[in-house]
Amino acid sequence: MDALGQFELHTALGGLGRSVNFTNSNLMMVFGSALIIATLYYGMRPRAVVPGRFQSLAEIAYSGLFSMAEGSIGPEGRRFFPFIFTLFFFVLMGNLLGLLPYSFTYTSHIAVTFGLALLVIVIVTAVALHIHGMHFFSYFFPEGAPKLLAPLIIPIEVISYLSRPVSLSIRLFANMVAGHVMFEVFATFVVLLGGAGVLGSAIGILPMALNVVLVGFELLVAALQAYVFAILTCIYLHDAVHLH
Amino acid sequence: MEVAAAKALGAGLAVIALAGVGIGIGNIFSAMVSTVGRNPAARDAVFPIGILGFALTEAVALFALLIAFLILFT
Repeated sequence: MDALGQFELHTALGGLGRSVNFTNSNLMMVFGSALIIATLYYGMRPRAVVPGRFQSLAEIAYSGLFSMAEGSIGPEGRRFFPFIFTLFFFVLMGNLLGLLPYSFTYTSHIAVTFGLALLVIVIVTAVALHIHGMHFFSYFFPEGAPKLLAPLIIPIEVISYLSRPVSLSIRLFANMVAGHVMFEVFATFVVLLGGAGVLGSAIGILPMALNVVLVGFELLVAALQAYVFAILTCIYLHDAVHLH
Repeated sequence: MEVAAAKALGAGLAVIALAGVGIGIGNIFSAMVSTVGRNPAARDAVFPIGILGFALTEAVALFALLIAFLILFT
């Protein structure tokens, strides 16, 4: 069976979608963003002193991410908090909505994750250049290192700086692809065993049960990868603000 | 036929990297467990770092997996 067929792009919304190349990936992005905005809007509307469930959700997400941004960037983190909050929820929605049957995981495409990672790295570099000016380039040569090692250290530091968007995007994309391919592989076992008589059907319950467990595991991975994406962005911003 | 066999062998060889990743993730969590065991108050401070280390190590596993997928499906 074709394990990668679930990641194919199709145009959505009929003729209108075809004319502007609006794909199912874009549709899920719009839906995910609308869901975040709706959750936060309706969550914050009651403004109760003792929050209900919905309000707690919005408040816990806000305060948790705020303390993460402030804790890992420093007091300057407040300025970058909206960016990190948006990034976290966009990635989280992509990961979570992708787990619904018949939906599409937009974070499973390297074009999307690399776009996000490129945005992060451009912003980080711009912030560093804005704050430190030309002094930023001292980042590539640690203080106190022997001058003789400069030809060795500088290329290594530059390469490691430039490989950040690559590792940031591949981590998210590969996690999502691997998880969904795993679902498909175990679902294939179920189908194959189901076609092999009564005994096969009885054994087929095992991969089916494993798939249920995997859904729970993927829920964890979805939240974890969004968190990792956000905290790595925070760490890069910390480097940009403080230079080491 | 030889090409298909070589692809399967190559994909299998590509995921040998997972041995190292398994050791690495085991190390991270064993260090985390012993830290929290010695000083339970440090839990909140240690947890994000542990998760970060886990994610960075897991990325290596996923790079290997990606190579295996590239060999198998392209």
